[in-house]
Amino acid sequence: MNILTKLAVGASATAMIASAAAAEVSDGKVKIGVLTDMSSTYSDLAGNGAVVAAEMAIADFGGTVAGAPIELISADHQNKADIAANKARQWGDSEEVDVFAELVTTSVALAVFEIAKQQNKIALVSGAASSPLTSDACIPTGLHWTYNTRALAVGTGSAVVKEGGDTWYFLTADYAFGESLERDVAAVVEAEGGQVLGSIKHPFPSSDFSSFVLQAQASGAKVVGLANAGADTVNAIKAANEFGLVAAGQSIAALLTFITDIHALGLETAQGIQLTTGFYWNLNDETRAWSARFNEQTGTMPTMVQAGVYSSVMHYLKAVEAAGTDDTDTVLAKMREMPVNDFFATNGQVRSDGRMVHDMYLARVKSPAESTGPWDYYDIVRTIPGEEAFGPLSESNCPTK
Amino acid sequence: MLTDLLGIPPQVLFGQLLLGLINGAFYAVLSLGLAVIFGLLNIVNFAHGALYMLGAFTTFFLAKYIGVGYWGALILAPLIVGALGILIERFLLRRLTGVDHLYGLLLTFGLALVIEGVFVKMFGASGIPYPTPEALKGGVNLGFMFLPYYRAWVVVASLIVCVATWALFERTKIGAYLRAGTENPQLLQAFGVNVPILTTLAYGYGVALAAFAGVLAAPITQVSPLMGSNLIIVVFAVVVIGGMGSIVGAVVTGLAMGVVEGLTKVFWPEASATVIFLVMAIVLVLRPAGLFGKTA
Repeated sequence: MNILTKLAVGASATAMIASAAAAEVSDGKVKIGVLTDMSSTYSDLAGNGAVVAAEMAIADFGGTVAGAPIELISADHQNKADIAANKARQWGDSEEVDVFAELVTTSVALAVFEIAKQQNKIALVSGAASSPLTSDACIPTGLHWTYNTRALAVGTGSAVVKEGGDTWYFLTADYAFGESLERDVAAVVEAEGGQVLGSIKHPFPSSDFSSFVLQAQASGAKVVGLANAGADTVNAIKAANEFGLVAAGQSIAALLTFITDIHALGLETAQGIQLTTGFYWNLNDETRAWSARFNEQTGTMPTMVQAGVYSSVMHYLKAVEAAGTDDTDTVLAKMREMPVNDFFATNGQVRSDGRMVHDMYLARVKSPAESTGPWDYYDIVRTIPGEEAFGPLSESNCPTK
Repeated sequence: MLTDLLGIPPQVLFGQLLLGLINGAFYAVLSLGLAVIFGLLNIVNFAHGALYMLGAFTTFFLAKYIGVGYWGALILAPLIVGALGILIERFLLRRLTGVDHLYGLLLTFGLALVIEGVFVKMFGASGIPYPTPEALKGGVNLGFMFLPYYRAWVVVASLIVCVATWALFERTKIGAYLRAGTENPQLLQAFGVNVPILTTLAYGYGVALAAFAGVLAAPITQVSPLMGSNLIIVVFAVVVIGGMGSIVGAVVTGLAMGVVEGLTKVFWPEASATVIFLVMAIVLVLRPAGLFGKTA
């Protein structure tokens, strides 16, 4: 054999070994599609920060998994379910995307679930809130990572009732998420001996809440529960302050509040709000270290949604590595088998209904005097054990659990 | 009693009527600006919401970077944003004279998307709080509701501006020129009046009105890049109901639609975002030129 033949044989042998390794991974790569709100109401709490979080997970993992490169693609769904569904279908059909991540807004998550089910692809939900995503509306390949409306109800709802807030009136965003949050909180309030006096479904999004605040005042309820999110929550709290709702003795329970909302309101307006969160940057050394890296790239501190995107993508990659393949069912089995241990969750467990069960936190917003620096916003009042926050598996109506 | 008939206490009804008027005041100022621009330039100014947002952001910038407070901003922000409007008219819209209306609509719509996109990128979607001016903090208990002083001021300020605009157009020589310019620009030019300058100023004035509404809104809502995009479609419906280009129509319809929307928020809150469009559809069927519009 002359030298050229030897080289050729060597090269083809190497190529065969490489392709054998990559053969376990479809299309020779693992592609993650981050579908999020980049331009609308929820773009601060998810948006670009969610893409950055996914990029950090890929970089921390080393850029390759099971011998194949990891790619990231992202798109703006503008909180519209039809746009999200079209994008997800296109990604799955022709862009070789293996997993959908983030998916803020319940209507978007539900639409992408439909596509993920048809295409047998994994959907890692972080931003959407509704508890039915792992109950009545569950799919075998859908995982709900960061929080849900039940956990918010258990955290904030029961804390408020225990402090004497036993009559409630809801201002509810008029779509699936708002209804789910109101239903879950009302159940907790009634179970604790409280009473729901009424509710208003307001259009989503709404810029003027004065009329709704006035009706909440007239109801005479001790607690006005805000079953909405993002800019709606911010505007509702501002209107409640302006129209003297709090000064007259009623209190506000902002049932879903992100750290970016507190940042937007300012501590002067937001102080004293109780909220439930799946993550806070200032919990321990690990969370501080990760959040500082996130902050370098974005200039803000991460919300629980963004931290959850990192955690879910990282866990997915670990499962692909352990399984040696990106085959959906094999990876899902691995994800369920391995505990989730990172800065976001300790001994988190992916259940058969798709729920990732981990500890949640009840926090109270500091006053301007208590805050010692930028983004120093929360006092953690209580750690809510995962099982208590998300309920037992037997509570889930998911048919494939 | 009407209130007994509707099954709600009179306190709630009065409160909602008043709130409707307050929101209507915003609609009035914004649709007034649109009406002025459409009347004289025949341009459907889709950038109006973005310019309203710029008014609020200018208020915030004035306070943050040069220490000018709310009252200064009430004068300065409309002047600054109005000047920007003049540049937009002079360098962009001017090029579209003589072509179909659709091009003006597309240009201003694109402009709005660009301005809002840049601001979302720079400031995020949640926005920035702007404090209520010290003199207008607090409020008064009217018996049927707690009225914040600031909201009362919004109605007063809006009505002053609306009446002043009406007087300017209907009772002054410049107003007469402007109205003549809408009817027959060639003839007016032949009389030695500089029509292009007149239209530039009219656009600047319409834009300044949007910015003025933005200043009024800053302490109420968050100063946020998307504050205008939510409002602009409703304001267009108000202009269509009132009759495109009609000044009185814009003001009266603005206030009336605020009240209609406010009442819907009590009886059927889910429909409050759509009720104005329903009214628009009915008006278009019965009076295609709008309530105050001249039938061609």
